[in-house]
Amino acid sequence: MINWGNFISQCFNGLVLGALLALISSGLTIIYGTLGVLNLAHGAMFMLGGYAGWMAYHYTGSFIVAVIAGSLFVLVVGVVTERLIIRSFYTRSHEDQLLVTFGLGIIFVETVRFFFGSLSKAVPPPPPLLGITSLGFMFYPTYRLALLGIVAVALLALYFVLYRTRLGMIVRAGIEDSVMVDSLGIDVYRIFMLVFGIGAMAAGFAGIVNAPVVSIAPDVGEAILVQTFVVVVIGGVGSFPGAVLGGLIAGEIISITSMFDPGYSYVMLFVAMTLVLVLRPHGLLGTAGRE
Amino acid sequence: MSNGKTPFSKSLSRRHLLQQTAATGLGLGVLSVGGPRGFEFVSSAAAEDQPPLGTWPAGSQGDTVNIGAATPLTGTYASSGEDELKGWQLAVEHINNGDPLLKKIAPKVTKGLLGKKVNLLVADSGAKPNDAVQAEQTFINQNKIILMTGSTSSAVAVALNHFAEREKVLYVTGISGSNDTTGKDCVRYSFRQNFYGETAANAIGPVLIKVFGKNRKAAWMTPDYTYGHTVTKSSFDYLSKNGGWTMVTNQVSPLGTQDFSQYLTNIANSGAEILLNVNWGRDAVLSIQQAKQFGILPKMKLVIPYQIPFLAKEVGPELTEGVYAATDFWWTLEDKYPLAKMFVDAFYKKYNYRPEWGANNSYMSFAIWARMVSEAGTFYPPDVIKTYEKGETFDSTVGPVHFRPQDHQLVRPVIIVRGKAPKAMKNNEDYWEVTEVDPGAPLMQKPDAFGCTLGDYT
Repeated sequence: MINWGNFISQCFNGLVLGALLALISSGLTIIYGTLGVLNLAHGAMFMLGGYAGWMAYHYTGSFIVAVIAGSLFVLVVGVVTERLIIRSFYTRSHEDQLLVTFGLGIIFVETVRFFFGSLSKAVPPPPPLLGITSLGFMFYPTYRLALLGIVAVALLALYFVLYRTRLGMIVRAGIEDSVMVDSLGIDVYRIFMLVFGIGAMAAGFAGIVNAPVVSIAPDVGEAILVQTFVVVVIGGVGSFPGAVLGGLIAGEIISITSMFDPGYSYVMLFVAMTLVLVLRPHGLLGTAGRE
Repeated sequence: MSNGKTPFSKSLSRRHLLQQTAATGLGLGVLSVGGPRGFEFVSSAAAEDQPPLGTWPAGSQGDTVNIGAATPLTGTYASSGEDELKGWQLAVEHINNGDPLLKKIAPKVTKGLLGKKVNLLVADSGAKPNDAVQAEQTFINQNKIILMTGSTSSAVAVALNHFAEREKVLYVTGISGSNDTTGKDCVRYSFRQNFYGETAANAIGPVLIKVFGKNRKAAWMTPDYTYGHTVTKSSFDYLSKNGGWTMVTNQVSPLGTQDFSQYLTNIANSGAEILLNVNWGRDAVLSIQQAKQFGILPKMKLVIPYQIPFLAKEVGPELTEGVYAATDFWWTLEDKYPLAKMFVDAFYKKYNYRPEWGANNSYMSFAIWARMVSEAGTFYPPDVIKTYEKGETFDSTVGPVHFRPQDHQLVRPVIIVRGKAPKAMKNNEDYWEVTEVDPGAPLMQKPDAFGCTLGDYT
């Protein structure tokens, strides 16, 4: 027998988790779509955003400063990483790209562990968002509600950049055919650098806004990375709307399954991924032929 | 019984990969002369009645003997793994310089053990059984370790138990709370110092019934592996049988969960009055912080059946105030036991914080091993095991203790603590007050109740 109050609550949980996954995945998917590089350091970017934000919070006491600092720091890390390392790997094999980003992820995580230790750090939500809100049918942590709004705004901003600016137009064109974009005289390398930075920043932003929900530790990005890959596969590689849809589907699958048996949450998630791979190999909103 | 496995399997896991890759070049030499245990046949020094066995005698022929620790330095249990490592390091230092504290536990230790320096080798296990076994296999091949340690996850402890039995190399567990470790998965070559699900439940059960009353509705949160399931079972069995408590929900989550909202929503809707959180390490920290966000705490009463090192420090004393927990050691026991005082002082001097129970467990398990080896007068594993099995009583940081020969479990008290209010804390690590020290023997099941049958000596 289904407890409907619980069911609605779980749908809500799925929405919040899904929105967060959507944001992180969109960063991963635009990087992969544009650059062709599968960034295994994406989880570490999520973690770095959290730590940079925590530092800023520690010194200023302001959550807004923390969010800005966390995002900008990861943007810079992304741009510098692309410029110094990733750029030399565009012409190399996928195996090399996987290894170098995997290695970068380890370096980021262990550097943070070296300086900050393994004990988790908490960033409290801003005071107006503390406590619990009654939604009529349930009580829900106020910050998690706000998080839904925060992530929605971030996704809209990303949508605006991708679909309403010249940069976005070039990026989308690059996802479809980067050789053609190059031959039109556009400096794809500069675009690549920006895309890598923006993609990383999406993860970094998610890392700091999620910190009041899940306190940060050096390994915080590891579990997220796996889920993010699943989302990208479900939604379709390189597709921004696919990442959003995939994120929401993944969040709902995890939450609703847990109502019946939490042990099967991730099993069901991978079942869904397998089904998508079998029935629609390029993902729900992906286009056949994209890498 | 040659085995075909190699220490360099396909698992790609973090920095372990680097260690393994580095090890490959060195390891080939050993492998090429007849498998991991090829060195056994080289030895000729063995006495007639003590044929070569595992890494004996090769591992103890030089002036140094090696110990291999596989402890989580990354992942969900990293903070406890680091604390445990410090306990082992301190113990090794004390064995090598004949520290007075160590000599209280192992009087026959002089400087070093049987005239040899003890050396500790460390690998990151990430609390994953495969990685831990791989690391120990590498240590056996390359360094001929004579003792293994490390777990923090009972899944690792159980895996290393069986590995120790197969390799005939002694293993003392790190933190391991599962009943299975000295129950159905017990082995001749493994020993456990710390408390476990059954003793924890039987110690904290009466306290909970006294404090919260009979016929209460409780929710459990359980990590999905041997530790979680046995601790939940033991605590539920005690509370339902003796207090009429009911389990309104049991939320089982995988190790390493970050977002507990689904589980907590189920608990919030379950009508529970009390929340027994069996999650451990970072899982416990996150689930408790998020339970607060959902308003479940402090509305429900939180209970920690199996104490988590650094919990109060990470979630803050506001959340642990009034919370009861069963534990192995807490530093304020220094007021009660002279050896505890010596241990806490030595640890604080070296590491600048007061040890958690994981570090104490590490220190004690090595000190006890040093005692057994020095009493036996040899590193020959069967003789060392038989010395453990004599069951002699000796002093420890929690008073007199002894090993139970039938299942290799230390008979030792379980400590009940209650979280202090932030205002009542006398220093920044004064999170818990000890309310009870329960003698160990009455808390334990019969030695064969959990299906323990020890294997052969050789």
